[in-house]
Amino acid sequence: MDFINFYLIPGLVLGSIYALGAIGVSLVFGILRFANFAHGELMLIGAYITYSLMQFTGLHPLIVLPIAMLFTSLVAVGIDHTFYKPFRASKSTIVIVASFGIALMARSAVQIIWGVDTFSYSSGRIQMPMILFDTLRLSHKHVWIVCCSVALMTVIHLILTRTRTGKAMRAMSDSAELARLTGIKTENVVKATWVLGASLATAAGVFLGWDSHLHSMMGFYMLLPMFAAAILGGIGQPYGAMVGGLVVGLAEELSAYPWIGDSPLLSPAYKAGVAFALMIIMLIWRPSGLFKGRVF
Amino acid sequence: MPVLSIDNLSGGYGEADILHGVSLEINAGEIVVVIGPNGAGKSTAMKAVFGLLRLSGGSVHLAGEEITNMDPAEVVNKGVCYVPQTNNVFPTLTVHENLEMGAYIRKDDFRPRLQEIYEMFPPLAEKKRQAAGELSGGQRQMVAMGKALMLEPTLLMLDEPTAGLSPIYRNEIFQIVRQINDSGVPILMVEQNAKQSLAVASRGYVLVDGQNRTTGKGTDLLNDPEIAKMFLGG
Repeated sequence: MDFINFYLIPGLVLGSIYALGAIGVSLVFGILRFANFAHGELMLIGAYITYSLMQFTGLHPLIVLPIAMLFTSLVAVGIDHTFYKPFRASKSTIVIVASFGIALMARSAVQIIWGVDTFSYSSGRIQMPMILFDTLRLSHKHVWIVCCSVALMTVIHLILTRTRTGKAMRAMSDSAELARLTGIKTENVVKATWVLGASLATAAGVFLGWDSHLHSMMGFYMLLPMFAAAILGGIGQPYGAMVGGLVVGLAEELSAYPWIGDSPLLSPAYKAGVAFALMIIMLIWRPSGLFKGRVF
Repeated sequence: MPVLSIDNLSGGYGEADILHGVSLEINAGEIVVVIGPNGAGKSTAMKAVFGLLRLSGGSVHLAGEEITNMDPAEVVNKGVCYVPQTNNVFPTLTVHENLEMGAYIRKDDFRPRLQEIYEMFPPLAEKKRQAAGELSGGQRQMVAMGKALMLEPTLLMLDEPTAGLSPIYRNEIFQIVRQINDSGVPILMVEQNAKQSLAVASRGYVLVDGQNRTTGKGTDLLNDPEIAKMFLGG
């Protein structure tokens, strides 16, 4: 039971968070054709905006989350308009470097506005976990995080397969030039992509902050596992990113389980290394990822 | 007034020009075929209509209105549909979704049109839910044409619609081209299969080295010994 309580469930929680972030990375990559190194900072901004809204209204982070998504989406669309749009016709390497710059700027802005101290969403009140079948311990927030993540992924699925804009996003991901020749207003599709990506990033940031705490480097630390998840699933494939996120999250947590003997298989300090190793193995073994993404 | 007129167009993709003063004209109800050797600028001339080229001279008019260097989305809005030679479908989208994307700019109910397209291309109705990328070359070409027709265009431009297709599909595509034209849509078509395409054409243009070489009725060009020697294999 320790396996489920302390490894499997935290792995699922972490995996859900990675998946939400990785979907955004994958969508941006598919449609705008560049690896957005500032995606972690969208998570960061989203989490901090949620914190401020929470302070302001006194409501639970989950309740103010939709408003925070809206604000973060505006920030993302604004960043795109100001910094990425002039590079639309440039090589992707140039935009990638630009995104790295945005990441530094965004992080510094957060540090200036909110400071460098850590924050917590919870008020210090300890909530006892639900205990099922005598041994299965479920913390409420973990249940909420996983359920909300699944709900958000379902919404994304419905948007991509049922709505006109969602289909146009997939079309543009297939071929931007053909999308233009079809009369699709590609700039609107780009905006929709940022709104979806930023909204999911906000959710991921809030869930991560809720699960532990908020600090100004949290976005940066998420970058590697999110990219590992996106690459694992097949870059440009939102469904692959969902699976990739879960795999990376589970792998990170399960690698610390005492599979052999009594001590952890890998020290938890190497968690980030697990994501990195997965990414490297995948790039060597199957660069297109599990869901046949793009290879450059 | 011609549906489309291209006047003395020059331009290319990079520094060097590919077109050196090409002029074409399509009138209502016509099928106009552009033939010529590889590298003559046939496809390039089509792309120029869609603003995909750096133009150094000349102009493009659609029903008298200047559309030179207009954004592709705007040209589509004016009712011109273009089927590129390659990458002309969205491979991960289903056949049905491809057709829906063809109607992207339509605000009205396009379901009756979808039905018509499925009747025009019966194999597509069977493979509605299949990803377009999984279809055979001929069926993909049908998706590409069906997608363009979703708009009920005022002008249809086809870039080598039969390239790489088996003779059976080739005949079918030419038949469909004629059928579309009979429904009143003027067609501008670039083709390698000079013989077959000139046979369905109202008029033909021969381009060589980015310039107009000759023009005439489809049948006249077919019977022109010089053209025959150049493109029709004697």
